[in-house]
Amino acid sequence: MRQTDVVIIGGGPAGLAAAVRLWEKGIRDILILEREHFLGGILRQCIHDGFGLTRFGETLSGPEYAQRFIDEVLEKQIPYITDTTVIQISEDKVVTASSCDGLLEVQAKTVILTMGCRERTRGAISIPGQRPAGVYTAGVAQSYINLQNKMVGKEVVILGSGDIGMIMARRMTLEGAHVQAVFEVQPYASGLPRNIEQCLHDYGIPLYLSHTVTEIKGTGRLEAVVVSQVDDHMQPIPGTEKEYACDTLILSVGLIPENELSLGAGVVLDERSKGAVVDENHQTSVPGIFAAGNVLQVHDLVDFVSMEAESLADSACRYLQEGSLPECPLAVVTDGNVTHTIPQKISGTEDFRLSLRVRKPVKKCTIRLSQNGQVVLEKKMPKAIPAEMIQIPVKAEKLSQTGDLEVSVLW
Amino acid sequence: MEGFDVAVIGAGVIGSAVARELSRYSIKAAVFEKELDVACGNSSRNTGMLHAGFTYKPGSLKAECAVEGNQEFDQVAAELDVPFKRTGKVVVGFDDHDMKNLLKFKEIGEKNGVRGMRIINKEELNQLDSSAGGEFAMYVPDSGILDPMQYTIALAENACQNGVEFHFDTRVDKIVREDGQYVLKTAKGDFRTKWVINCAGMYAPEISEMLGYPNYPTRGFKGEYFVLDKKAGKFLNIPVYPAPNDKGGFSTHATPTIDGNVLVGPDSYVTEDREDYKVTKEHLDGLIMDGQKMFKHMKREYFIRNFAGIRWKRYNPETGEILDFMLESDEKNPNTVNLVGIESPGITCALPLARRAVKIVAERDHLEANPEFNPIRKGIRRFIEMSSEEKKAAIAENPDYGEVVCRCENVSRAEILQAIHNPLGVHTVIGIKNRTRATMGRCQGGYCETRITKMIEEELGIAPENVRYSKADGYMFTGKVREDV
Repeated sequence: MRQTDVVIIGGGPAGLAAAVRLWEKGIRDILILEREHFLGGILRQCIHDGFGLTRFGETLSGPEYAQRFIDEVLEKQIPYITDTTVIQISEDKVVTASSCDGLLEVQAKTVILTMGCRERTRGAISIPGQRPAGVYTAGVAQSYINLQNKMVGKEVVILGSGDIGMIMARRMTLEGAHVQAVFEVQPYASGLPRNIEQCLHDYGIPLYLSHTVTEIKGTGRLEAVVVSQVDDHMQPIPGTEKEYACDTLILSVGLIPENELSLGAGVVLDERSKGAVVDENHQTSVPGIFAAGNVLQVHDLVDFVSMEAESLADSACRYLQEGSLPECPLAVVTDGNVTHTIPQKISGTEDFRLSLRVRKPVKKCTIRLSQNGQVVLEKKMPKAIPAEMIQIPVKAEKLSQTGDLEVSVLW
Repeated sequence: MEGFDVAVIGAGVIGSAVARELSRYSIKAAVFEKELDVACGNSSRNTGMLHAGFTYKPGSLKAECAVEGNQEFDQVAAELDVPFKRTGKVVVGFDDHDMKNLLKFKEIGEKNGVRGMRIINKEELNQLDSSAGGEFAMYVPDSGILDPMQYTIALAENACQNGVEFHFDTRVDKIVREDGQYVLKTAKGDFRTKWVINCAGMYAPEISEMLGYPNYPTRGFKGEYFVLDKKAGKFLNIPVYPAPNDKGGFSTHATPTIDGNVLVGPDSYVTEDREDYKVTKEHLDGLIMDGQKMFKHMKREYFIRNFAGIRWKRYNPETGEILDFMLESDEKNPNTVNLVGIESPGITCALPLARRAVKIVAERDHLEANPEFNPIRKGIRRFIEMSSEEKKAAIAENPDYGEVVCRCENVSRAEILQAIHNPLGVHTVIGIKNRTRATMGRCQGGYCETRITKMIEEELGIAPENVRYSKADGYMFTGKVREDV
């Protein structure tokens, strides 16, 4: 069986960034496995700009952002295989992948999980109604329009104010469709403020908060959707139904880390993030298996995906050199105002970067980290919204080596 | 005008089974279907249960065909390569009333010829399945689960291989009697036939009337379902049904599917609308409540899809009584076989009903056996079901087996290609799904649907705007975003 130091599952922004950083740290025995024909992952279909401001200090399109990393992979001659789908990862880090050349089995010393995420579907959120053609998730519509030159419809309603949904509102408008409105079940937008401005406001597309689609109509092709206002418990309010004639419904109702392979390897997942439970080294519950990017937690910006993967690469390099990483016995626990944190476990002896999201929008808040009742650190923020990840560097010298780290949002 | 010896109206499981049984004889037969594929109605909108036959009135056609269909199914599944497992079933009860009904239906089942039923206590129930609700149960070893779409497809493909024609997108609007024959008037033209067999499912009453039989009173009992992720499927080994009500009807149950998902449902409510396949918040919410009683792992995070089906029953409008399947052939309406009110357990009864229908034709016309008839039909070999060694061999022989197109269900390009080039000539996205399971997993086609539509276009040389999701007017694309440069 082929042996390698590192197998990276997925050649998107996380996998590529991890590969390049590992190479820079002197690790040469790397193999990137990519199921598509090209490297780049989901960025290939993200032809809008706005990527790279944090990582590269300039604004790039998705393909341009990916190409920065692809160029480095090519220049450094980091080994990769495309058109190859990983179908299994075992607990002892044997990776099995399928391609037209056969089954590839690789015994890895470390496995890096960078598979990204998938979109939540109509079925997952149980939208009532009939089942016509014309209901697409935003990413699928984006793939058809941007990669396959196929227009999915002309008269459009969008459910969910996720970033991809708003970006598709703009894209479809630019390509000649009429986008009637974006409806969001929550009382606040789930995507970034800049997308509300640049994708909706600039094109006169209304965003209705606390509204959802309560019926899909049409047998062959979509004919209309019924939209209702929802109450504080997100339940439709009878009598508020309004019908919108349309041929296309785009869903942007959430992303879910894609962890079926991780589960097969025995990796423990976090119910809240739907990604792996990791320590400050991005190491999962299985020693030598690491995770970063959207497979770990759904990010707001790709820049942070790459940076998380680079941080992972530093730890993976250390794991390869030292054979193991320090124990992380302390849990990161949260109050009800935080959706989840990464990492979920820390050592108390090393610097790390904490990332989290708030559950609902708050103004003038303080993120407080404490241990054993003592405040470790406080970060004051003029506002915090669920759409934006909050990242807080934490210095080891501030930490105690005992006691869970408690994270709370105060306002 | 194209002419046939026998025309079958409807390509659900009954029409497909009739077609398959007709193909045993040397005749020219055709099936006319209003949709673009087989199993577009309730043949694909059910629990996928091979019923044992313990709730049907002794002596009824339902009871007779259910027991016959159940007990022969191992051979049928082997001949037609249909995914099938004789799991048994537990019908669980909570109180004395439930026990009384279980004993009543055990007795009915025994009269009908159902084998091996017995009452088990909670301990034995837990041994069979620890996730089942209930204080005690009736265990029915003969029950089983199958893929109803694959079964219908298999019947139709076998019929097709043995010479039966399938005409899709061809609704029969009118039937006229002309020179001792029937002329079927359709949007695709007129077709002449000596015999007509009515297998039109929910639309059978209209065809019945066109043929000279009564427009039998029928009505729909609609039920909604949740499809749960295979992660939930790991917890359920055996179908868990609640004790039937006094009339033998079941409310919401939990059933493992042959592919490892779980179906929770159906509930039951009356509908008069035969296209009313919509799911409703009210009923889905009800399923969540009731489903949890049958299956402890009924959770929202496992939901991947939902659907509705309609049991379109014959009934007595005065008493409301549900009536038996109707299978008749009256000489006043020469050369016709009329099947009306075929609903649950239609999947189980399909071949027994088909044999009875075809026997009428064969005896009256002294049909000769088709010397070329081959009862064996092979399905598409599934990558996900192969061992590592088998996968390697399959890829070596056909490299397309190595390209995973549907990541959730691990469906390979080779399987999709076989499905696109299926013997019936079906090329809807749902048709590919029902033949391969691609898009049936937890991402619901988020990864593979874009690949599948592209393959349909490339393989069949059709323009994007001609790709259909499921129905003739169910277009996927309005055209190109912009002209190629």
